[in-house]
Amino acid sequence: MRFSEKIPGRVLLVIAFSALSALVLITVFIFVEGVPLIARVGVFNFIFGMKWAPSQGAFGIFPMIVGSLSVTLGAIILGVPIALCCAIFLTEFAPATVRNAIRPAIQLLAGIPSVVYGFWGLIFVVPLIRNYIGGPGLSILAGSIILAIMILPTIISISEVSLLALPPPYREGAFALGATQWQTIHGVLLPAARSGILAAVILGMGRAIGETMAVIMVLGNAVAMPSSILDPARTLTTNIGIEMAYAAGEHRQALFATGIVLLVMIMILNSVAQYALRRRQDER
Amino acid sequence: MLAVSVLLVTGSTLAGCSGETSWKTEVLTSMSVKINTVLPNNRLVHHNTKLRTERVSLYYGTFRALKDISLDIPEHAITAIIGPSGCGKSSFLRLFNRMNDLITRARVEGCVELDGVHIYEKSTDVVELRKRVGMVFQKPNPFPMSVFDNVSFGPRQHGRKSRGELGDIVEKSLKLAALWDEVKEKLDQSALALSGGQQQRLCIARVLAVEPEVILMDEPCSALDPVATLKIEDLMTNLAANYTIVIVTHNMQQAARVSDMAACFLMDPDRSGVLVEYGPTSQIFTNPKDKRTEDYITGRFG
Repeated sequence: MRFSEKIPGRVLLVIAFSALSALVLITVFIFVEGVPLIARVGVFNFIFGMKWAPSQGAFGIFPMIVGSLSVTLGAIILGVPIALCCAIFLTEFAPATVRNAIRPAIQLLAGIPSVVYGFWGLIFVVPLIRNYIGGPGLSILAGSIILAIMILPTIISISEVSLLALPPPYREGAFALGATQWQTIHGVLLPAARSGILAAVILGMGRAIGETMAVIMVLGNAVAMPSSILDPARTLTTNIGIEMAYAAGEHRQALFATGIVLLVMIMILNSVAQYALRRRQDER
Repeated sequence: MLAVSVLLVTGSTLAGCSGETSWKTEVLTSMSVKINTVLPNNRLVHHNTKLRTERVSLYYGTFRALKDISLDIPEHAITAIIGPSGCGKSSFLRLFNRMNDLITRARVEGCVELDGVHIYEKSTDVVELRKRVGMVFQKPNPFPMSVFDNVSFGPRQHGRKSRGELGDIVEKSLKLAALWDEVKEKLDQSALALSGGQQQRLCIARVLAVEPEVILMDEPCSALDPVATLKIEDLMTNLAANYTIVIVTHNMQQAARVSDMAACFLMDPDRSGVLVEYGPTSQIFTNPKDKRTEDYITGRFG
């Protein structure tokens, strides 16, 4: 091969690696900044410590891990059933005209900036909870509701794709055995698409756990351990978002260490999602 | 109403026929045939009409895929539908369990009867119809679940829940489909791990588990090797004593080997499927009345 023919490949290679190097750079930076603090405080004390008081040298992020997990779990509990129903409706019931109207609308949902979600949550959802359910309104429940809406597009799109990817003979076979449409969906299609749907849910979780702006605005951000879903809480992401402006020294290292925990959690979720998607391909 | 009265007249005529010693085929009209066959034990079997179409046309949008098909399909026999690709054989087969309903632009004109009852009425319960009229597809289509769950799928959807009862149904259906000995050790394994021929027999077992009266087969062996094909053909021959089987096939030898009756479809000049000839298989293959049938069977076109 002549040298001039090799140029495009080489140039693309360099550019592709520069994207990858950004990931490496950020990861290395976070670890270099954060690991010394974790080493000093101890992994166990850092992750399971109940007290976060940087000015007193107390760096325990367990309440925030609980906050992140509970908000995410709440978003999944509220969002997944709606998203699944929506995906099933779009693939199995909706006539083409309705489908073509709903699908772009859902994609638009993904395009709304998260600060707008947060603002709407603060003005609309938070007072609703305060007035009709109780507590200060700024709460895990409010965060869960906002995140549930934010993860809908992700879960709907991926579930829809995995339902559409099922071979038509599954559908025909079930109908030919005298199954009703609902029995076909429930008995054949959903089980057949379950790994794709699982991947959709996990990717939705990743999105929920990483969301910061909208959550800061509706969650109340108290560092104490929440005792109910009506209590305010703080997540790992909001901890960084709120304190980064004035943190210095050990405090700043602790925020980077929070970032490490977050990164590891999201990496685990993404690997599980990848595994689920790959299993779906193997089943074919 | 006209169709029903004709059927009654036909029936009474034949009641007289079967009382006589004659077992030869009676051709009543050009396309409406009653057959009597002699089983190996010399028992005379009289075949009633199970499925019947009267001037049926099928449209996909404005395209007329089938044109004025009138055909009587006898009970407890194997009827083969032969003809070149694209002449509407599969579409015709799918009339009887209303699978064409799944195609949004499909429309049926004329009369399609199961046991003398028109099945395209508003009041027809399609789910009930498909329990009575099972279907085996061209490509084996087991669900991505265990062998047991595949076979028990129909009964489970139709309200049979107890594991013991389902176990009995699964064993009986797999034995009927001549698959039990090969899979009895792996009922809990994925059906997708079976060979193509086993998968197709599994699909037949799955249909049998619903206890249908009619089994429609849409080129059931076209994706299988000759050994697997032979097994399916043996199976069909055995099942014919208790089930009405209609098979679409491209394989002339297969039609000649397994079927009692044969219907030859061709495409007319405006590309609609038409029925050219219908009669006992031996007659269609040895002494076709229509030149076009002869040309097709002898491989001069199609």
